Amino acid sequence: MIFIAALVSAWQIAASLHPAELLPGPVSVARGILDLLQHGLLLKYVVASLFRVTWGFLLAASLAIPLGLTIGWYRRAEMAINPLVQIFRPISPLAWIPIAILWFGVGDLAAISLIFVGCFFPLLLTAMSAVHTVPEVYLNVGRNFGLSTRQFVYRVLYPAVAPQLIVGARITVGIAWLVVVAAEMIAVNSGLGFLIVDARNAGNRYDLVVAGMLIIGAIGLLLDLGMRSLERVKSVRWSYSGE
Amino acid sequence: MVFERDGKRIPVLEDINLEVTDGEFICVVGPSGCGKSTLLNLMGGFLSPTSGSVTIAGEVVKGPDPRRILVFQERGVFPWLTVEGNIGFGLSRLSRVEREERIAHYVKLVRLEGFEHSYPSDLSGGMKQRLQVARALAVDPDILFLDEPFGALDSVTRLIMRSELLRIWQAERRTILFVTHDIDEAVQLADRVVVLSSRPAKIQDILQIDIAHPRNISSSRYLELRDDLLNKIGVAFTL
Repeated sequence: MIFIAALVSAWQIAASLHPAELLPGPVSVARGILDLLQHGLLLKYVVASLFRVTWGFLLAASLAIPLGLTIGWYRRAEMAINPLVQIFRPISPLAWIPIAILWFGVGDLAAISLIFVGCFFPLLLTAMSAVHTVPEVYLNVGRNFGLSTRQFVYRVLYPAVAPQLIVGARITVGIAWLVVVAAEMIAVNSGLGFLIVDARNAGNRYDLVVAGMLIIGAIGLLLDLGMRSLERVKSVRWSYSGE
Repeated sequence: MVFERDGKRIPVLEDINLEVTDGEFICVVGPSGCGKSTLLNLMGGFLSPTSGSVTIAGEVVKGPDPRRILVFQERGVFPWLTVEGNIGFGLSRLSRVEREERIAHYVKLVRLEGFEHSYPSDLSGGMKQRLQVARALAVDPDILFLDEPFGALDSVTRLIMRSELLRIWQAERRTILFVTHDIDEAVQLADRVVVLSSRPAKIQDILQIDIAHPRNISSSRYLELRDDLLNKIGVAFTL
């Protein structure tokens, strides 16, 4: 805490020594945040950004995880599909912006589709590789107790990959939060990314730019803490190495 | 049984003929890597024989079946389920009441009272193996296959586990096929000890252990049988 306080004071001193406005000081940033709160914009933008991240992430997870587990289970399917995945994976989600706007126009759908693309491939790869690391013993026990395929998937396969899926999901939520800011700078007229671009364009309000950045950082931290708390759930708080 | 690895054919088991009677406790011993576990996996239905067949109660084994449960050396219990959850794993077809009764019975039998809601990560190695045995017994199997179940435990725990297994076996008579590399374990537990030769394994000998339980492990008959077994495996008496 003291360290952070010292940094903030150093920031204030440095900002006041350079009146040329290279960077607004903490006082004006705090004033900017208050300003946004008073106009009701802050809450609105935060909700808009979180809304897009939630939908994009959930859509990607509900498709990529079952698909990835299936592909990972059948080695041949993996050999067939892997090259394709490896080509799409290194394409930055931002490269999809023109296509997203072409297909969905400027609006929520375009932003959500970008987050979807950004989340889909990391989750797919996590699920694919998670299947491979399940110890054969668990699979054999599942077969031994006469489970149907459906029971086998829900009672053995999913729990066995859950710890890895949660780690993958945590990283992916981080990616989604990065992507949403970039997507909002171009594809929509609301959200925290839009706030940053708009503040600059509408009269160089750099205090609002920095305010937006700080809020993005704070929410990113909260998202990560939220995902981390999932890792502490007892039934997934085990790992193969810990046995 | 022949395995194919990298295009090479490796004969593992050859000409194995073994009849097991209902309720019998059989130990399988042999040099490491000879195919003891392969034999167990064949009988359990996890592997299919390249030639010949496994017949249990007049029925050819075609795959794994809850009527015969394999207990593994390590990692056999599900870490995402509690003790109760693990024991109840094979009991989803039962009614709630029946399931709870069955779980309570086996928790007691393997002496895990007080740990019903614990996860395996909070249990010792010996407790995990008892839990695995309880989960296996809970589905009321005809046969238990145990693949070096105490191999990863320390020697004191191993001794305790042996007497626990005997107690459980005497309480709930099941046919047990027990693979081990521990001579003492075999002589202490088994009705008959099957000695396999090195690969490709054949049945080298079958030794009848004609001492009643509880066995005195310093009696002359015990030592005699033990030496006999050591001899058959081809291990010297002196180190």
